[in-house]
Amino acid sequence: MASAPQTVASEDVALSVRDLTVSLPAGMERVHAVENVSFDLKRGQILCIIGESGSGKSVTANAIMGLLPKTIRASSGAIFLEGTNLVGLSSDRLRDLRGRVVSMIFQDPLSALNPLMTVGEQIEEVMAAHAVGSPKSRRSRAIDLLSEVGLPDPQLMYHQYPFRLSGGQRQRVMIAMALALEPAILIADEPTTALDVTTQAQILHLIRDIQRRKGMSVMFITHDFGVVAEIADAVVVMEKGRCVERGSAEQVLKSPSHLYTRRLIAAVPHLTGKDRIPAEAAAQASILKVECLVKTYRSGSPLFRTQRIVPAVNGVTFDLAPGRTLGVVGESGSGKSSLGRLLIKLLDSDSGAILFEGRDVAELSEAQFRPLRPKIQMIFQDPFASLNPRSTIGQILTVGPIAHGVPHKEACEQARELLSHVGLDAGTFGRYPHEFSGGQRQRIGIARALMFKPKLLIADEAVSALDVSIQAQILKLLDQIQRETGVSMVFITHDLRVASQICDEIAVMHRGQIVERGPPSQIFLDPKSAYTRELVAAIPGEQPRGARALAGVNEHWRDIAKNEERL
Amino acid sequence: MTAIAANLTPARWWHNRGVRRFMRHHLALLGIAMIAVLVLACVFGPYALPYDSLHIDLRARFAPPLSGHHYFGTDPLGRDLAVRLLMAGRVSLLVGFSAMLLSTLIGTFVGVTAGYRGGWIGAALMRTVDGFLSFPSIFLVLALAATLRPSPVMITIIIAVTSWMEVARIVEAEVRSLREREFVHAARMVGLSGRHIMLREILPNATGPIIVAASLTVARAILLEAYISFLGYGIQPPLPSWGNMLNGAQQYLASAPWLAIIPGAAITIAVTSFNFIGDGLRDALDVRDDHI
Repeated sequence: MASAPQTVASEDVALSVRDLTVSLPAGMERVHAVENVSFDLKRGQILCIIGESGSGKSVTANAIMGLLPKTIRASSGAIFLEGTNLVGLSSDRLRDLRGRVVSMIFQDPLSALNPLMTVGEQIEEVMAAHAVGSPKSRRSRAIDLLSEVGLPDPQLMYHQYPFRLSGGQRQRVMIAMALALEPAILIADEPTTALDVTTQAQILHLIRDIQRRKGMSVMFITHDFGVVAEIADAVVVMEKGRCVERGSAEQVLKSPSHLYTRRLIAAVPHLTGKDRIPAEAAAQASILKVECLVKTYRSGSPLFRTQRIVPAVNGVTFDLAPGRTLGVVGESGSGKSSLGRLLIKLLDSDSGAILFEGRDVAELSEAQFRPLRPKIQMIFQDPFASLNPRSTIGQILTVGPIAHGVPHKEACEQARELLSHVGLDAGTFGRYPHEFSGGQRQRIGIARALMFKPKLLIADEAVSALDVSIQAQILKLLDQIQRETGVSMVFITHDLRVASQICDEIAVMHRGQIVERGPPSQIFLDPKSAYTRELVAAIPGEQPRGARALAGVNEHWRDIAKNEERL
Repeated sequence: MTAIAANLTPARWWHNRGVRRFMRHHLALLGIAMIAVLVLACVFGPYALPYDSLHIDLRARFAPPLSGHHYFGTDPLGRDLAVRLLMAGRVSLLVGFSAMLLSTLIGTFVGVTAGYRGGWIGAALMRTVDGFLSFPSIFLVLALAATLRPSPVMITIIIAVTSWMEVARIVEAEVRSLREREFVHAARMVGLSGRHIMLREILPNATGPIIVAASLTVARAILLEAYISFLGYGIQPPLPSWGNMLNGAQQYLASAPWLAIIPGAAITIAVTSFNFIGDGLRDALDVRDDHI
């Protein structure tokens, strides 16, 4: 390139984005996906781009990779990589740079890996596509890479198909693929969002470690300030396609200057370690008492000896006082969601008792239980899937009460009242779910659960699909509702930070069993079981910053990865 | 709590992405236009023509097309072919549409029940579907048509009974995946009955594939009616249908080819048009293909 940009001053800038604007096709909610975004990725640094959904952070990453969909184009601005402007570069030139100079890891490692190719072949394919090495050298390099990302037994791993690996292992394979050609820049688009906390902590350490060892520059896209605190050197904050703040991690986290950044940081749930002040004095009798609840999933046929038996809930016992919230915390596969479904009898339990107001509901048939349904309601995880797309909000709210014999007019009035109570305006009533944002839909889901004035609310990951600022609002709403109505809650979540915000008591689940139960102060500050300790230690952004530099940390995580493999 | 204003522009049906995508499917639009022309012609055409479909004029036998007022010529009995074609169209299209409605109804009922109930009920229903599918349908149709007294209503029922299985399979698969969606769990949570969930919560979400299957079923029903009438087991003369018109034309293929070509063309146009519409609907309603 003849004219080097004046703005790129020093040699230590690996990638420089200048006034990048990406237009959206007409008719979308805004004109630009990304507007006048500028930042520099310095050599050997980790730059975190943080923003909520729709902030344009992924579009920025895809613009750099030249992976934007055909309908969206970078309309102005420049992306300088080693003096070359990537905007407007031919697709052949871009393809040459991808993987070789810049490579990317994605959020969902399962859909980003080809299910029909072995792990080894996929890594080799990256090298073959750029005509690097001979088949033999590629093979040994692939095995080296697999051991480099901390996968146990690389020789064996080389021949595995993606479906056999755990989420964390798949993400390690993705990282190995991204590293295959020793790129100068690694772009990571929410690489840990789909993973459990303990796995997330391992992957974050791996990325940090590899970045240090190879002196790579990493652009790390995330929505989680905890992750930023964990690994960032520099931070760019994006809101609605604009870059609102940038600076060093220290500066942005400690003294954010922009209002939006401050709001975002304030909204991040932190471990409080303090116990919640209960909504009301505890009554003597418990509203819900669960005894030795067991649910086992069976698939396949016992006849052909292909039966698989998975114990989902294995002897769970707890009780819940009226007006209190019990948090059920665990990683994916711990059985916490199954427990929720059992409590509301969307699943039938194998054995054990669920005493609701002193009556065992576990043994009731669907028809016998139906009159009790209004008393136990659930708030679902996915605000997009949990509302019928073909029903209006009014229908969604009133259909249950009407089926239970409430007059139509009364149900409608109550629905309108509840909608305003959860912070939605009256015009909501006649609209369809697709007209609302995730947070608004979750409010509708809460209103639906409250239509019956239930005694017990089960919230299954009720806030985990939402942005942090919305998350904080919904948690506040739930807290307010509990204080007003005295409803008891079982709050199921994978996020310990969220649980610490709203729960009076927390039960930690691991492989279908409750391994520890106690008030938040005990769980977070003085955990009794080893698993709880591990879980608490893995929470991003809650550890002192210097801790990660400790010698031997890396070895420690490698050991854990190996243990994970053995299980 | 502050109220959160929702996006206040009401959505109109022609802004719907499915409708927009359908409008871009030119063949489907052509199909709709052709079907509209056919239906209008069959409904109103006979009144506009100066002949009755049963009026025999032996002096004007085998008149070729465009001779005098016989636009499509006449048949061996001197009956006007144009008016007979349109009268036959009424029968054939009506049989096609009614058979589609009936078979869609049966298929949807079986599919929704099998998909939602699952277990042994679902297995039994779906094995019945497999059983029906394993018969070569044309022989089944002919066997039924030969034993039962053929009338348009009977033919409709016979066609419907032999063509509902595809709808049932499509609906069953769709319902089985919808059943696991959270809004169905939510419907169970608020205590709705199984029937209510099937009809009011799940069925509206499965209309897309049902409509597509239905439009393709019309085409097949028209073809089936033509088959059996052509073989002489279907609609009986003097009541005309496109199929039995072809049957009558067989022996004059060399001397009066228009007798076969014109009803044949009508069948082809109707069937291709419905297939185009079906393809267009499939593209427009397929949610998996979710780019703009």
